[in-house]
Amino acid sequence: MSELIAFLEPDRAVIDRRPAIIADLAGLLPDSCLITEERELVPFDTDAFVSYRRMPLAVVLPETTAQVAAVLKYCNDNSIPVIPRGAGTSLSGGAIPQEDAIVIGVSKLNRILEVDFPNRAAVVQAGVTNISISQAVDADGFFYAPDPSSQLACTIGGNIGMNSGGAHCLKYGVTTNNLLGVKMVMFDGSIVEIGGKALDAAGYDLLGLICGSEGQLGIVTEATVRLIAKPEGARPVLFGFESSVAAGACVTDIIGAGIIPVAIEFMDKPAIEICEAFAHAGYPMDVEALLIVEVEGSDAEMDAMLERIIEIARKHDVKTIRESQSATEAALIWKGRKSAFGATGRIADYICMDGTVPLGQLSHVLEKTSEIIDRYGLRVANVFHAGDGNMHPLILFDANDPDESMKAEMAGNDILKLCVDAGGCLTGEHGVGIEKRDLMRHQYSDADLAQQMRVRAAFDPKWILNPSKVFPLDRRNGSQTGNQSAAGDDRTAA
Amino acid sequence: MSTTDIQYPGSEEEIARIVLEASEARRPIEVRGGGTRLDLGRPVQSASVLSVARLSGITNYDPSELVMAARAGTPLAEIEAALAENNQMLTFEPMDHRPLLAASGEPTIGGVFAGNVSGPRRISAGAARDNLLGVRFVNGSGEIVKSGGRVMKNVTGLDLVKLMAGSWGTLGVLSEVIFKVLPRPETAVTIAVSGLNDAQAAEAMAAALAMSVEVSGAAHLPESVINKFAGGSLKGGPATVLRLEGLIPSVEVRSGRLVAEMSRRGTVSVLEGDISAGLWRDIRDVTPFADGTSKPVWKVSVAPSAGHQLVAALRLKTGVDAFYDWQGGLVWLRMEADPEADLVRQYIKALGGGHATLVRADAATRASVPVFEPQPKPLEALARRVKDQFDPTGVLNPGRMTAGM
Repeated sequence: MSELIAFLEPDRAVIDRRPAIIADLAGLLPDSCLITEERELVPFDTDAFVSYRRMPLAVVLPETTAQVAAVLKYCNDNSIPVIPRGAGTSLSGGAIPQEDAIVIGVSKLNRILEVDFPNRAAVVQAGVTNISISQAVDADGFFYAPDPSSQLACTIGGNIGMNSGGAHCLKYGVTTNNLLGVKMVMFDGSIVEIGGKALDAAGYDLLGLICGSEGQLGIVTEATVRLIAKPEGARPVLFGFESSVAAGACVTDIIGAGIIPVAIEFMDKPAIEICEAFAHAGYPMDVEALLIVEVEGSDAEMDAMLERIIEIARKHDVKTIRESQSATEAALIWKGRKSAFGATGRIADYICMDGTVPLGQLSHVLEKTSEIIDRYGLRVANVFHAGDGNMHPLILFDANDPDESMKAEMAGNDILKLCVDAGGCLTGEHGVGIEKRDLMRHQYSDADLAQQMRVRAAFDPKWILNPSKVFPLDRRNGSQTGNQSAAGDDRTAA
Repeated sequence: MSTTDIQYPGSEEEIARIVLEASEARRPIEVRGGGTRLDLGRPVQSASVLSVARLSGITNYDPSELVMAARAGTPLAEIEAALAENNQMLTFEPMDHRPLLAASGEPTIGGVFAGNVSGPRRISAGAARDNLLGVRFVNGSGEIVKSGGRVMKNVTGLDLVKLMAGSWGTLGVLSEVIFKVLPRPETAVTIAVSGLNDAQAAEAMAAALAMSVEVSGAAHLPESVINKFAGGSLKGGPATVLRLEGLIPSVEVRSGRLVAEMSRRGTVSVLEGDISAGLWRDIRDVTPFADGTSKPVWKVSVAPSAGHQLVAALRLKTGVDAFYDWQGGLVWLRMEADPEADLVRQYIKALGGGHATLVRADAATRASVPVFEPQPKPLEALARRVKDQFDPTGVLNPGRMTAGM
């Protein structure tokens, strides 16, 4: 199958030295931390962006920061590309390796080192899963706020790499707003510590720069994250509408009225059908669009806020309003939403877009999205974080049909360009990875990209860290360039 | 310096031209907005000044999108007025440095972000940097660069937006900023607990922040400064103050719960309306130390439970007055005489780390004492490499943050 997205041409010289490299790695960390057998490497050949696969040269799973440092120094000294990996749940191909690369996985760095309630901070190793932080502090009335849908599996290291969000970041912010400090291994094996339990770090905001840098500035091995007191209660409410436009306008009006619920999630009819069939959450089936609005606090607070939201929803001819009556019901409502991707995966192959648009553009972008999808003869299910304009059209296709696969990718590109043209951006929380790399020029000028790439080079002079990601392959001054024959920026439907 | 040395570009292109010329001539320029924070930081060695004060105006504001864009030189007052008209606000509550620094002029929105200037609500709503969504700037080579945008969630490429926030004009000249705005809370009340010592106050604030009542401000005002707040209306010794904001029915419920919990620790009173608002403005603007002197004032950022320990340790060695914001993690220190930089920084390190900024001192002191916390060697080297990537000839605000950089 031809591929729309190019990878860097693997370095033959590195591949030819594979036996020697593996022997060297074996000297740097225990055998149990080194994976070289082909069948054991297979699980590492892609992430959640499964259309693309590459076998890595080897995988290492260090147990200490010192081991990460030793491997990174070795790779830099020998110009071997490195692919940092958390749980491999990236939707943008951020963790997909290449044939000449060593994958450094953080899965064995999985301990919570310290929980400090008076200072509302937790110090955790990078391989700790997102959910396990909240679980560890739940009994004491705290939680860690960013909650990506993959939170059962994804790691805090990966969250930092991608600056992950989630359904509740409308109120609590994304990873960068909840990260206090990191311990990070630099390209040359040196170890730096940035930030800590104080709210602000000194000097330039390197923490802010590292967060969302997609594993290109270093490998984070420990993180200090902020804990927040759990709300007394939370109540998701379902609002069903006759049209997506009405639901979109309702979102704009809720926010415009000065009401910021903890989450506002949007689903269109195809998404409702898919999620209901999977989760049996009791979503209304006779509406065209559904909002899940979650409010939190004491019962009195939630009642007060809901009263105002309902009043606004009525102005948009809301057809169904259903409040969850129990914790079980609330959990089901969220289960349906959070399993949207998995449930979609049961009925078709899909790619998930992640553009963000200004709130006032939601209805316009939804309409244009369905036009694009129709033009390619595909199907789409929309399920996304409406409160902050972060859209997730799921483009359905048949991966066994090369023509349809290509069309799905091209439709995805058109949708992302639409988001940028509407004043938004290519990716709100999934990252650029390989998926959106060749679209970066649509959002940024040459000067914008050059500035980012110079900063990147200040952290990784040889571009060994996750080298095929984020930046268009042909825009790298003085660095290696890849095979551009398949670069897909300007391909659109004829 | 005579005012003729100041250039006031009226467009981004003009900034680019000025910076390019300066860069080619390797002639340093001091970058400023309204000039109200010129005395914060090391004195800049430069013969010419670039002010963005005439690059002014709100460029995009649709209240229902909760986002505003403005040229960097837009007066903060103009921004706040436009927001107030729509019942919105800058949620990070930027401090006005004029009283403390005895400065005049109009603070600009560019200056607020260049200094990452935040206020008491930082504990719940984030700092200025958390609310900055996009920037346009001219780098030290005279190139116009943009990063981020006008949407709330954006992970497209490296986050240069965060890097620009708090870089004090040393990485680029901000020309336009795009930031998050939020609805004003319908109501705000302050729960004041009187009679707690610094250590008890730290415990009380931690307990309040551990409750699900969404405290949006947590400060402790020791007895020595208490009469300087809210026009002297707080009586009865030290006060630990906790702010709750939001919808009226919601604040009522939360306030009841917080009062019940805090009553076990001390005498509780509830402040509302103008008194509550004035109190938090005084905390934000460090009113007790806005005394018209140039006695050294430190802004110390540490783990919340370490703040009072730092002050207790310092008191044994030197004359110091202090109060606390951010649950105790932000300590404002006024030194009697010498800034005692080594002592302050040594104790911070011993108490688990953090950093100290010498917010006020005379120019001679600021030239000899590092105003911003000196970084460990590897981080300083990294910061230098970053600076070189934005400003290779070192013409933008040289020395403002670090000597020789």
